[in-house]
Amino acid sequence: MIREHIGMVFILLGIMFDFFGVLGLVRLPDVYNRLQAATKCVTFGSAGILLGVFIKQGFNNFGFKALLGIAFIFLTSPVAAHAIARAAHRSGIPLTKETIVDQYQEDNELKD
Amino acid sequence: MTLQNRSRLFVFIFSFLVWLALTSIRDLEEVVAGLLVAALVSAIAGKFLITSEKSEHIIKRIFSAIKYLFKFLWEMVKANLHVAYIVINPYLPINPGIVKIKTKLTKDSALTVLTNSITLTPGTLTVDINPEKKEIYIHWIDVLSKDVEKNTKSIGGKFEKLLTEVFE
Repeated sequence: MIREHIGMVFILLGIMFDFFGVLGLVRLPDVYNRLQAATKCVTFGSAGILLGVFIKQGFNNFGFKALLGIAFIFLTSPVAAHAIARAAHRSGIPLTKETIVDQYQEDNELKD
Repeated sequence: MTLQNRSRLFVFIFSFLVWLALTSIRDLEEVVAGLLVAALVSAIAGKFLITSEKSEHIIKRIFSAIKYLFKFLWEMVKANLHVAYIVINPYLPINPGIVKIKTKLTKDSALTVLTNSITLTPGTLTVDINPEKKEIYIHWIDVLSKDVEKNTKSIGGKFEKLLTEVFE
C-alpha cells in the first residue's frame, strides 16, 4: 500500500521534469541550449517514471525491465546529445547571438 | 586463456543472465534463443570490455565506484533543478558559450564515463574531444570564465579524482 504511494510520487516527479524539458525545448534559443534541456530534464524525468514503475511492481519480470531501462537511458542519452551537438557544429549551424565565447571554433584543427 | 577470450566469456555470461532476467526461464525456446543471441554478441563485441590484465585493489575500486555513483546522482539532481530554474524564469538568464578543459585521464573507458557525466551535470554538454592533446570541448549554458585552467577545476575536477581511483 505505502509502496504504491511512493511509486506514484516518483512517477509524478518524473512527469514534472519531463514537462520542464519540453518547456526548455520550446523556450531556449539555439540547438545547443535546447540539447541541454533535452538531455538533463528528459533523462531525469524518464528515469523517475521508470523508478516509480519499479517501486510499484517490485522485483519481478516487469520491475527488472524498468531498472534495465534506467541503465540504458543513462548510457545512451549523453552519447546521442554529444553526436548531435558535434554534427551541428561541424555542419556550421551558428550559435545564438547571446553567445560570449566559442573556443571550439578558435582551435579549428579538429575539423578537416 | 588469452585476455580477449576471457573478456568474451565474461560478456557471454553477463548478457545471458540479463536475457534470463528479462524473459521466463521455464520456456525452452526462450533459453535457446538467448544462448544464440549471447554467443553472437560476445563474438562481435566481446573483446572490448576487459582490456587490461591488472586486477589489484579490486575492493577499493568498487568502493570508489559506489562513492562516484552517489556523487554523480547528487550532481544530477542539482543539474535538473538548475535547468528547471532557467526554463521557468521569464527573463531566461542564459549566458552560453563553448569552452575548453584539459583532462589527465588516459583510458578510453575513463574518458567515456567522464564525458557522459559532464553531459548529465549542471549546465554543461560535451561537444567534442581531442584524444591526442587530452582536451574536451564543452558547451556551457552559463559561462563563468574563459580561462582553461579555472574551467578544468570547476567542471572536470570534481569527478576526475574519483575516476582516477576507479579506472587507473
